[in-house]
Amino acid sequence: MDYFTILQIVDSALRLATPLLFACLAGLFSERAGIFDIGLEGKMLGAAFFSAATAFATGSVWLGLLAGIGASLALSAIHGLASITFRGNQLISGVAINFLASGLTVLIGLSWFKLGGQTPALSGAARFSGVDLPFAEALSGVPLIGPIYSEVLSGHTILVYVALLCVPLSWYVLYRTRFGLRLRAVGENPAAVDTAGISVIGLRYSAILIAGVLCGLAGAYLATGLGASFVREMTAGRGFIALAALIFAKWRPWYALYATFLFGLLEAVSNRYPSVDLGFVTLPSQFMQALPYILTVVILAGFVGKAIPPRAGGQPYVKER
Amino acid sequence: MTLLQKFLSASAVVALSAGTALADPAIIFDLGGKFDKSFNESAFNGATRWAEETGGTFREIELQSDAQREQALRRFAESGSNPIVMAGFAFGSALDEVAGDYPDTSFVIIDMVVDKPNVRSVVFNEHEGSYLVGYMAAQASKNNTVGFIGGMDIPLIRKFACGYAQGAKAANPDTKVIANMTGTTGAAWNDPVKGGELTRAQISQGADVVYAAAGGTGLGVLQTAADEGILSVGVDSNQNYLHPGKVLTSMLKRVDNAVYQAMIDGPGLETGFSVMGLANDGVGYAMDENNADLVSDKMQATVEAIKGKIVNGEISVHDYTSDESCPALTF
Repeated sequence: MDYFTILQIVDSALRLATPLLFACLAGLFSERAGIFDIGLEGKMLGAAFFSAATAFATGSVWLGLLAGIGASLALSAIHGLASITFRGNQLISGVAINFLASGLTVLIGLSWFKLGGQTPALSGAARFSGVDLPFAEALSGVPLIGPIYSEVLSGHTILVYVALLCVPLSWYVLYRTRFGLRLRAVGENPAAVDTAGISVIGLRYSAILIAGVLCGLAGAYLATGLGASFVREMTAGRGFIALAALIFAKWRPWYALYATFLFGLLEAVSNRYPSVDLGFVTLPSQFMQALPYILTVVILAGFVGKAIPPRAGGQPYVKER
Repeated sequence: MTLLQKFLSASAVVALSAGTALADPAIIFDLGGKFDKSFNESAFNGATRWAEETGGTFREIELQSDAQREQALRRFAESGSNPIVMAGFAFGSALDEVAGDYPDTSFVIIDMVVDKPNVRSVVFNEHEGSYLVGYMAAQASKNNTVGFIGGMDIPLIRKFACGYAQGAKAANPDTKVIANMTGTTGAAWNDPVKGGELTRAQISQGADVVYAAAGGTGLGVLQTAADEGILSVGVDSNQNYLHPGKVLTSMLKRVDNAVYQAMIDGPGLETGFSVMGLANDGVGYAMDENNADLVSDKMQATVEAIKGKIVNGEISVHDYTSDESCPALTF
């Protein structure tokens, strides 16, 4: 494995980690406010469909992105209505969102495009294309550091950089602003927040709407950044992997970046080396594909320590009379 | 007329209309969906061709989950549909269960062998078709490296990969074949993002022709190959039109012919084992205006010669499923 191969794998890992990172941060905001969100998958799927459909119809990827975020926000609002306003079970509401998105995207796709739930292939301005960072060409000659900049960091679609910027932004919002303090408090002890005269309902709604925007970005990235059309069930479990990464990261933004990048890296490695010959034994491709999950168990059990979720997570808030 | 009479007459009408549906053929599509631009779509095209030519109607269902297989089969059989065609290897165990309960109904299963007196098992010699496209891929490759991306890791897909690798090595023994499988679950048929990423990984290892046998995942493979400026090979249906000038050819698997034939034969069709190979145009490679510039006359002549040799038995292509091993490729 030479230096250039490693760079290519890291480059691939960055692309694969981006949707996970968006979804993981979405889950982070939602769960920090005390709302479990297993509907990440469904929101991503809904966003992927509507972004691809709108981008195809209008020819503009930006309108597609807006439509994707809109779809994801609508699903978030349903989740909020069910689990915040009507105090329903958050897990059930999340499962319902997943089913709803899985069925609706195919149904609407069938009736709009008559392509069996797919959207037509996007091209040109209807897709996100790679952005070359400034001086990427000039710096590529610099030994060691140059290729990292020009190969790994440069040339991704704009959403990859947005995702990376979302990490410090989330950290700042959660830990350095009044809103963030209240948001975290509402996930730990909503009664105290309510006593202070701050709306628990309002805070929780704003948290899941932020999650909606982030899931919208994740879905749009899948359909219009990495891919070039919507295909049914194209999220392929990424929402659930993001949830695992969230626990892994113990609900903290920077660790979310590391955790999702680790998953991306492992997937990139298994893509590159479907089977690994260790000399005395050859690891089969099935093992390489299972590796991310095996490592999750090992690391969670052995290295991360106890992951403690926000204390009020999963409980609907009932105001005392 | 009393209420009872109304009910009786209503049920009589229902019974009559059910009678007219008798002996309409039915087709069940697998999880990829009817318009997957690949396997299921090919089956659907065959059924449509039959309906247009004969003016008949057929019943159909697209499965949404594995659990529906047996239920869908029984529903069609109960309602009198005959013959019932199912597109996909995954129906094997469900059909094995159901076929005996409906001895008067003819079943046709594609890509799987079910040994029952009222079942026709259609299998394709995908390894022969894949051999041809592998041969073409190796000829078109400038880096002497060709790639294969499969969907779910099952023996059937390995059969594609194995034939492809044999063809590529036959054209040029120095050809390197990189093979990847998308996954081990049904989700592997519908993950174009992963397909694209696997393609990029193969490109970075030097592959400049990539063959996708992966259903919806393959769309991502073909897209990425077109984006990155390398050639790709489609599968099942003719996929050359998806990216004109970027798809070298498509390995045709004439599922449509198998479905069409089954529906023409109608109820009581000849059961048993039916092999669709190069000899009876069950498999082949696609040539049209979209890839005319990519395949030179010389290349096509060579491939035609190879095809002739396979048909008359001069070249025998190893079938992975016969002994679960491949001489040209390790998985």
